[in-house]
Amino acid sequence: MTVSASPGGPVRRLAGLLHRRPSLRLAGLLTAPLLWLVVAYLGSLGALFVTAFWTTNEFTGDVVKVFDLGNFQDLVNQSVYRTITIRSVGVAVAVTVIDSLVAFPMAFYMAKVASPRAQRWLVIAVLTPLWAGYLVKAYAWRIMFSGSGVLDWFLSPVGGHGPGYGLPATIVTLAYLWLPYMILPVYAGLERLPNSMLDAAGDLGAHSFRTFRTVIWPLVFPAVVAGSIFTFSLSLGDYIAVKIVGGRSQLIGNVVYDNVGTANNLPFAAAVATVPVAIMVIYLLAVRRTGALENL
Amino acid sequence: MRSTRLALVAMAAVSLLAAGCGDNSSSSKGGGVSEAGFTPPKMSAMQTLGTGEGQVNLVAWAGYAEDGSNDKSVDWVHPFEKATGCKVNTKIAGTSDEMVTLMKTGEYDAVSASGDASLRLIAGGSVAPVNTDLVPNYKDVFPDLKMKPWNSVNGVAYGIPHGRGANLLMWRTDKVKPAPTSWGAVFDPNSPYKGHITAYDSPIYIADAALYLSATQPALGIKDPYALDQKQFDASVNLLKQQKANIGEYWSDYLKSQQSFKNGDTVLGTTWQVIANGLAADKAPVQTILPSEGSTGWSDTWMVAAKAKHPNCAYKWMDWIISPKANAQVAEWFGEAPSNSKACALTSDKKFCDTYHAADEPYWAKVHYWNTPISQCLDGRKNVQCVDYAKWTQAWTQIKG
Amino acid sequence: MTLSRGTRVALRVAMIVGLAVIYVPLFVVLINSFNADKTFAWPPTHLTGEWWTRAWQNGGVRGALWTSVKAGIGATVVASVLGTMAAFAVQRYRFFGRETVSLLVILPIALPGIVTGIALNNAFRTVLSPFGIQLGLFTVVVGHATFCIVTIYNNVLARLRRMGTNVEEASADLGADTFQTFRYVTFPLLRSALLAGGLLSFALSFDEIIVTTFTSGAGVETLPIWIFNNLFRPNQAPIVNVVAAALIVASVVPVYLAQRISGDTRAI
Repeated sequence: MTVSASPGGPVRRLAGLLHRRPSLRLAGLLTAPLLWLVVAYLGSLGALFVTAFWTTNEFTGDVVKVFDLGNFQDLVNQSVYRTITIRSVGVAVAVTVIDSLVAFPMAFYMAKVASPRAQRWLVIAVLTPLWAGYLVKAYAWRIMFSGSGVLDWFLSPVGGHGPGYGLPATIVTLAYLWLPYMILPVYAGLERLPNSMLDAAGDLGAHSFRTFRTVIWPLVFPAVVAGSIFTFSLSLGDYIAVKIVGGRSQLIGNVVYDNVGTANNLPFAAAVATVPVAIMVIYLLAVRRTGALENL
Repeated sequence: MRSTRLALVAMAAVSLLAAGCGDNSSSSKGGGVSEAGFTPPKMSAMQTLGTGEGQVNLVAWAGYAEDGSNDKSVDWVHPFEKATGCKVNTKIAGTSDEMVTLMKTGEYDAVSASGDASLRLIAGGSVAPVNTDLVPNYKDVFPDLKMKPWNSVNGVAYGIPHGRGANLLMWRTDKVKPAPTSWGAVFDPNSPYKGHITAYDSPIYIADAALYLSATQPALGIKDPYALDQKQFDASVNLLKQQKANIGEYWSDYLKSQQSFKNGDTVLGTTWQVIANGLAADKAPVQTILPSEGSTGWSDTWMVAAKAKHPNCAYKWMDWIISPKANAQVAEWFGEAPSNSKACALTSDKKFCDTYHAADEPYWAKVHYWNTPISQCLDGRKNVQCVDYAKWTQAWTQIKG
Repeated sequence: MTLSRGTRVALRVAMIVGLAVIYVPLFVVLINSFNADKTFAWPPTHLTGEWWTRAWQNGGVRGALWTSVKAGIGATVVASVLGTMAAFAVQRYRFFGRETVSLLVILPIALPGIVTGIALNNAFRTVLSPFGIQLGLFTVVVGHATFCIVTIYNNVLARLRRMGTNVEEASADLGADTFQTFRYVTFPLLRSALLAGGLLSFALSFDEIIVTTFTSGAGVETLPIWIFNNLFRPNQAPIVNVVAAALIVASVVPVYLAQRISGDTRAI
C-alpha cells in the first residue's frame, strides 16, 4: 500500500481501472455467474441431451457413442409415453390452477386486509410448512387419504368416504406441497399494488368484482404467473408424491427415474427428459413477456 | 433402505457378463453364466491370515454395519473393533451400481454385494477369491448358500454368504377367504379383491409373473424367470397388464406396504417377511405364505477387494459378520434370514429363524434369487435371445400405463 | 383500503380455511409422533413418548441435520455471490444478451429437479472422477447452489431497482473508489435483501431431495435423505415424525428472526 507511486496501492489502482472501464467491471461481474450457469449447468444439460442420441451397451452398461434415433422413435411411436405426458401436464395444470385459486384470496387478505403486525405472523404461518420436510408431508397426506384415514374419519359422520389413492390424491398432495411457493409471489405482488389505486377504482364506482377484473388482476397477473412457474415445474418433475399417494398411476418423472435409476439406461432417460424440458422452456418463453420472471 | 436397494438391485448389472465376456467371450461353454460365461481375472486367495492392520474400509447396505448411531442397542461394529483392533469405516451404498463403482476406486477392503453386483465385481477384477479356510465361521453357513452361481465361479469361492429373503404372498385373514395358496390369487382377472391387490413396484416384478406362468403355462417353457425370450416375456407382460386392473396400488417401501395392509386399503399381494412381522407386532390380522409355485428372493455376499489395503481386517470382518451373535443381530435388525446356522440360537426372538425359515432347505429350494436379465439367456439356451433389463424397465412403464 | 363488509368477511374466511388446510396435515404429523402404532394407523389408539426418546438418542439424525446445515450454508454462500454479481450486471449495465440472463438464472429451478439431477450426476461423474473427485458434499453444494442463485438474484435485483444509483454516485463524488462504495454504501443497503434471499435459498436447499439424491456421494446423508432412508427402514418410521414435528416448531425461530431483521416481507 505504501510503496506504490499511485495513491492507494494495487487495490486502489484496480478500483480506478474498474471505474474508468465499465466493460471490465461488467466482465468481472458476469464471468463467474456465466461460467457457472452456462458452462457448468447448460453444459451438463447439453451433455445429457447428447446422450439421448446414443445407446447403452447391454453387456457393459456403458454408453455407446453412436448416433441413433431409436430412443426418440420409441418415445414417439409408443403411445404410452404420450399418455403419460398428457397426464403429467394435466396434473401440473390442475395443481397450478388449484394453487392460484387458493393462494389469491389468502394473499389478498394478507396484503390488504390484515394489520401489519398480523401480516408478519401470517407470512410466518404460511412459510412454516416449508420446513416440515417434503416426504413427511406427503406421508401425512397418505394417512389423510387412506381408506380408514383422517379424511374418511372426518367424512364418515356425514356419510362420505375418503377418496382413496390415485391421481386426485396426487393433485391435492402436490397442490399442498407447493402452495407456499404460489402464495408468496402473489402476496408480494399485491403488496406492491398501491391501495390508492384500489380506492380510486372504488371511488369511481367500480364494484369489488369489477375492481378485481379491471384493476387488480392485470397488475397482479405477472406475480401469479411467477408462482405458477414454481407450481407447474415442481409438479411436472415430481416422481415421489405420486409413488406415495398415486396408487397405481405414474407420471413422466417416474419414467425418467425408472430408466436411469433401475435400468441404468441414461440415453433413454435423457430422451424422455427432453419432454418436460421442452414443455418448461416453451412455458418460460411464453410467460417472459408478462414480466413474470422479475416477480419470482 | 432395502426398498431403494431392491428397487435398484438390478441396476446396471446389465453387465453380468461384462468385462469377462469382453476378455474371453468365446470361452462360453453353455450352462449358467457363472459356470462358464466368463473367465475371471487370474488371482489367488489369501493363504494365511496375519495380524490386523488397525482399520478396515467397508462398502455396505444400510443396516449391515450398525454402530449404534441409529439405535443404541443395535451395535455390532464397536464390539468388533474392541475384539480385533480394526477400526471400521463404513460407506453406505444405495445401489448395486454404486457398490461396483465404489469398489473400482480401490479404496475399500470389503463389500456386501447383492446377487447382481457380485458377478460384475468378480468379472471386473475388483474382488479376489476368498479362502474360506481363513473364515472359521464359514463352516456353519447353511450348505445351500455355499458355492452358488452368485458367489463362486468355476468352483472357486468369491464370498461369504450374509443372509437372504423371499418375496412372499401376504393377505388379510379377515378379508380374504379362503386363504390363498398360489400366486393365482393376485393374477386372477375376476378377483373378488379388485382394487385391493398390491404388487411390487419394480421391473423385476415381471419375474414374479414369469414364475407363475412357468407353473401354469408349461407350454411357454419358462425355466428361469430371469431368462425370458421374447415370447415368454410378452406373455408375462400381458399377464401384468391384465393384473393392473385389479391393483389398488403398487408398493415400493416398508411403510407404504404396512400402512395399506394395516388400513385395509390392500388385502392381498407380495411382501417381505419383515413387513409381515411389523404388522403382526401391531396386531394386524395378516398371514404370509410361500405359494406353491415358489417365489423370487434375494441373497447377499461379503466379498474382499482384490487390492485390499487391509485384507487381514477384511477377513476378520467377514468372519465377524457371520459369527453367530453378529449374524443374529444383523438378521434381526435388517429382517432377513441369517446365513449362519448357529445364529438361530442367539436371536433375541427365539422363533426368529422359524419365522424366516432360516434352516428350511426345501423352502429355499423354491426361491429364485434375483438376477439381472441379459440378452444371453441365463438358463443356458443358445438358440434364442433373451430380453434384457432395459427392455424390462420400458415394459414396466407400459404395464403401469 | 375500502372493501365491502361481505368481501372482508369472505376473505377472512378464505384465510382461515386456507390456514386450516395448511395446518391439518402438520397436526397429523405432530399427533403421529406420539402414535404408538408404528404405521401411524388412524385414529391413534395409544399414545407414547417413546419415539421422542428414541429420536433424541439417534446419532444419525444429528449427523444428517449437520450435513444439511453445511450443504445449505455452502449453497447459500455460493448462490449469494453469484446471484449478486449477476443482479448487478443486469441492473447496472446494458449488454448483448442481458434479457437472457434472467431466463438463464431461472432455468435451474424451473426445469424438473430430476433433469437437473441426472444432468449434474452425469457431468460430475465424467468430468470430476478422472481427477479422483468422488460425489460427496461438495457436489451437493454445487447442485443446490445452481438452483438457489435465482432467489438471491431476484431479491438483489428488486432492491437495486428500487435503490437507484444516486447514493452510489454521491459516494463516488466524495472520493470513494468502487470497492469502498460497495463496502460502505451498496452492501449495507443490500443486506436485508440478501438475508431474505439467503433464507429462502437455505430453505430450498434444506428440503431438497431429488437433486440431492443424484449429486450426493455414498455416505453423504442430508436430512431429507435421512428421512427417506428411515421412512423405508423397518421400525424407524415413527422417529421421522418426531424429527418433522421438531423441525416445524424450530423453524418458527429463523423465519421470525429474518422477518424482524429484513422487515421486507416480500422477499422471504
